[in-house]
Amino acid sequence: MPGKPANDKPTYDEANRLMELSAILFYAFTVLTVGSAAYMVFSKNIVHAAFALIFSLSGVAALYVLLYADFVAATQILVYVGGILILILFGIMLTTLDFTENLKTVTVNMLPASLLSGAVAVLLLYVFFAAEWTTIVPADRDGTMYDLGMMLMNEYLLPFQIAGVLLLVAIIGALLMSTRHKNEP
Amino acid sequence: MAELTFSLIVMGISLFMLLNSAAVAVYAERRIAAFIQNRVGPNRVGPFGLLQPIADVLKLILKEDVTPTLGNKALHTIAPMLPVFTALITIAVIPFGEGIYITDINVGVLYLLAVASLGVYGVTLAGWASNSKYSLLGGLRAAAQMLSYELPMGVAVASVVLFAASLSVVEIVDSQEVWWNIIRNPLGFIIFTVAAFAEANRTPFDLVEAEQELVGGFHTEYSSMKFGMFFLAEYMHVVIASMLITTFFLGGYHLPFAGLWLPEMSPVWKGILDVSVFVAKTGFFVFFFIWVRWTIPRFKYNQLMKLGWEKMLPLAILNFVVIAGAILLYNEFF
Repeated sequence: MPGKPANDKPTYDEANRLMELSAILFYAFTVLTVGSAAYMVFSKNIVHAAFALIFSLSGVAALYVLLYADFVAATQILVYVGGILILILFGIMLTTLDFTENLKTVTVNMLPASLLSGAVAVLLLYVFFAAEWTTIVPADRDGTMYDLGMMLMNEYLLPFQIAGVLLLVAIIGALLMSTRHKNEP
Repeated sequence: MAELTFSLIVMGISLFMLLNSAAVAVYAERRIAAFIQNRVGPNRVGPFGLLQPIADVLKLILKEDVTPTLGNKALHTIAPMLPVFTALITIAVIPFGEGIYITDINVGVLYLLAVASLGVYGVTLAGWASNSKYSLLGGLRAAAQMLSYELPMGVAVASVVLFAASLSVVEIVDSQEVWWNIIRNPLGFIIFTVAAFAEANRTPFDLVEAEQELVGGFHTEYSSMKFGMFFLAEYMHVVIASMLITTFFLGGYHLPFAGLWLPEMSPVWKGILDVSVFVAKTGFFVFFFIWVRWTIPRFKYNQLMKLGWEKMLPLAILNFVVIAGAILLYNEFF
């Protein structure tokens, strides 16, 4: 680029263009996330809902990438999109007894749910307008992995271990529940 | 800007190579299968039958595209795109030579595992959307199989990460400049290779499309180019799996013990050498995939699950713990 200064810092124009690009991407992924989440809520077909959830969670992962949180983004895809949704699909396929007739979802508790989500929306809007937003542009897109590992193994070791024990308990519980009726006559 | 241009060029070339490698792999599979079974194989279209893949694709395009009446039209159409998509985005973090990669993200290994876990959706949804019992059984088998073999694969990769002390794929390859991981971590290599066979749905783990039991498995109700997409994706996943084995365990683009004897070279010659070494190793593993397919019979379903959960996973975890301990002791005393 001809007008580029020698110290290799992005020029004002270039930085501006990058910001614009990330803004466009942000809105695109927001539309994807919210749109497929809405589809998931309003869809009557449970497999369609699960499929929409894949896109919604992937959109959230993309938003994490835009926030420079690569580790969280990769974990989001690995854990939520990859793992949990397989289990959802599993559950659906094994519970749909009559195959040609799709399992339908029903809407319950319409009023309390609407009130609650309305209250949450008001709260979020209040926070959005009340908070003072300061923009911190990261100097360099540096790796987050090293710091994250150090923190998990030093400062936050106890919560980390407790989360692990919690998951272990959940696994043991699932094993117990799935094998219990085999022992009883 | 120069870096971005270079990345885009690498991306274009590698995507082009990957798409075509599927066609080459199909041809290679048929010729090698014929060789193993004492036949001739396709040898009519072009010299040595080399144009056979083109004829196959033309035939697929001209076929009628059928969707089952009671199947789910939208998902039936989307499903074949997913495995192709996941195969293509995998190459984003694989280094083909020193400095020749599309991007180097510091969570590259996690990215690869995450993308690998997405591949199953195409197969599962295809099975569900086809409204056929054979397809559904194939899809369910795929979901269970991939879920089971993702765990030993992940733990095997974690034991590789220990040597590099980084989740960046580029740094993992750099750490193997002298000692390849296959020497330092042979058990991990075996576990990863077996899991890669299962993830790519290849014999001996091709229960997903076991012809004798399930007609065509998840793609029973697919025809024309939608079937072609599954076919393309299967061979691309074979190539991708070979690339991953090469990257994680065979030193990527490094020659054996390259750090000890390889002299300094100009970037261009080094680049050509690196890419050639990488392609040769990948090619060998594609051959290995084909070789195994035509040599070893298929597992039974219970054997597959037993192998995955009772043998591979405990072995992988043990391997991980032993290597972690050994590295800790080494760092403590040397």
